[in-house]
Amino acid sequence: MNPVRQSLALQLAAGGAGEHRTLIITLFAAFVAVTLGITVWAGRQTRGAEDFYAGGRQFSGFQNGLAISGDYMSAASFLGIAGAIALFGYDGFLYSIGFLVAWLVALLLVAEPLRNSGRFTMGDVLAYRMRRRPVRTAAGISTIVVSIFYLLAQMAGAGALVTLLLGITSETGKILVVVLVGIVMILYVTIGGMKGTTWVQMVKAVLLIAGTLLITFLVMLKFHFNISALLGAAAENSGKGAAFLEPGLKYGATATSKIDFISLGIALVLGTAGLPHILIRFYTVPTAKAARKSVNWAIGIIGVFYLMTIALGFGAAALIAPGTITASNKAGNTAAPLLAQEIGGGAGSTGGAILLAVISAVAFATILAVVAGLTLASSSSFAHDLYVNVLRKGAATEKEEVRAARWATVGIGAVAIVLGVFARGLNVAGLVALAFAVAASANLPTLLYSLFWKRFTTPGALWSIYGGLISSVLLVLFSPVVSGKETSMFPGADFAVFPLENPGLISIPLGFLLGWLGSLLSKEEPDAAKYAELEVRSLTGTGAH
Amino acid sequence: MSTAPPADPGLPEPSTDPGPPGPPDYAAAQSSPEFAELRRSHRSFAFPLTVAFVLWYLGYVLLSSYAGGFLAVQVFGHVNVAFLLGIAQFVTTFLIAWWYARHAATRLDPKAEAIKSRLEGDA
Repeated sequence: MNPVRQSLALQLAAGGAGEHRTLIITLFAAFVAVTLGITVWAGRQTRGAEDFYAGGRQFSGFQNGLAISGDYMSAASFLGIAGAIALFGYDGFLYSIGFLVAWLVALLLVAEPLRNSGRFTMGDVLAYRMRRRPVRTAAGISTIVVSIFYLLAQMAGAGALVTLLLGITSETGKILVVVLVGIVMILYVTIGGMKGTTWVQMVKAVLLIAGTLLITFLVMLKFHFNISALLGAAAENSGKGAAFLEPGLKYGATATSKIDFISLGIALVLGTAGLPHILIRFYTVPTAKAARKSVNWAIGIIGVFYLMTIALGFGAAALIAPGTITASNKAGNTAAPLLAQEIGGGAGSTGGAILLAVISAVAFATILAVVAGLTLASSSSFAHDLYVNVLRKGAATEKEEVRAARWATVGIGAVAIVLGVFARGLNVAGLVALAFAVAASANLPTLLYSLFWKRFTTPGALWSIYGGLISSVLLVLFSPVVSGKETSMFPGADFAVFPLENPGLISIPLGFLLGWLGSLLSKEEPDAAKYAELEVRSLTGTGAH
Repeated sequence: MSTAPPADPGLPEPSTDPGPPGPPDYAAAQSSPEFAELRRSHRSFAFPLTVAFVLWYLGYVLLSSYAGGFLAVQVFGHVNVAFLLGIAQFVTTFLIAWWYARHAATRLDPKAEAIKSRLEGDA
């Protein structure tokens, strides 16, 4: 890249390119128009609670696999991983492996039993054999906390992306974009429910895969499909040589950062099967077999996608002038769009402009769809677990329940908008990893104990959910993510007494330990009849909804 | 910390279990040899395999943190051990997913369906 081109790219990334902006906005508006059309169509078929929460349970394994992929491949994985590889080489690649391997936990232990024994939410399964009101309350709270952390990350990402790609630099402009994203998402969920949201995820997944495939093909074409040549060029252009292809650039600095990396690894691999917005997707298919099939499709699609992020990340490192990516975004989040521009012919060329616009529009679509999935998960849990089964003690009609879920969507959407406005400056990757850590600490132990351990009791469930939730959130509060470092949320303050950025290493074992201890120490006898029912139903599908 | 709950245990929850008129005898089904067989087929496959892939993944993470020299060894061209081990994680994930799907279709589904149809036929 010559200096003129580089300065153009910088200018673009910093927000000055008018003609690209029109194209990006047009493509994005087309995506919003088409998906809102689908949403209205889906909304016409949405009548009862089963439609709103579970899309009528009529999706096929392949459709749901595609939708799961859409829900899972967030802006953090698309932009974040490509950026991390572009900046840190091999250490960035480690993220995508954890995100993928995690699916095996969901496949082998969680997806099918959950589909067989639950109805709409994670709380259905957790509360099955327990005293329902306290356990549902805990499950609802933990669902909402995990989803809000994840939501916060996506909204913060939307704000940052808009600044970089659309050149909106005024504060009012950024706030307006966050509000707009929030409103579109509320429309998707309130009108279309699970059916509309699932179709939005599918459309987005196809667009994302197609866009990534195109860029990957063009990058590999440039290197004559020789992976060694690509890696070599990346190492050389990065200025770090062979070290770029070895572990250690990001996490190898100190003994603490090495342990932090292990903590992150554990959180990633155990977090997925406890993410509420992923768990509720298993209810959209008719049987456990279809749930299994959908996870298998998701593993295939997500795996291929992450393999392509290698080409994206190392391609960006190889082809974009050193310094350009960090100059446009310190965290590397614009590496993929910049690569698209470069591979299409460079800044100022028509091909470059078109590819940049396509990839940017795909990135926006990604954020919008993931936010909708998260909002649906938290409003479902609010309405079904907290409102109907705790506040109304199960006495609400189906109509009232769906109405409550719609209002909860508006409320949570509003909260997300407000948080998104305030969270614009926060570290996106840290928040996502935190959501995984909280999910793995608070949700996964209770889920596994409930399904597989006959001695598990209500106190065990409560200790595990609240213990995992509180410990993971507290550890983050006192970690360098929040204070004490230049990259912290509050760089001015320093109360970071916990050295690790990710709490998983401590809080996940603690969640498991508390569930076990709470069950052993309680005087409450496990409900054997209820466990018989849960175990038989979860493994055989008897009486599944 | 706790005593027996005052009101709700044992009562079928209206929202999760409308249920057939005569609910199946789950306790009897749970203690039947067929169900024990199904449970064993699932657990003896899923549990050890879960431990195995989590250890394999953690081993890989630990190697990345503490065995940088070994991972830096170049195998061909610019492709080193670290990169190949990473790709191997993808390959094993795909293989385990495929293997489980096959196990479930041949060893779990027929047993589960037999128990299910018996229970639902009873009701």
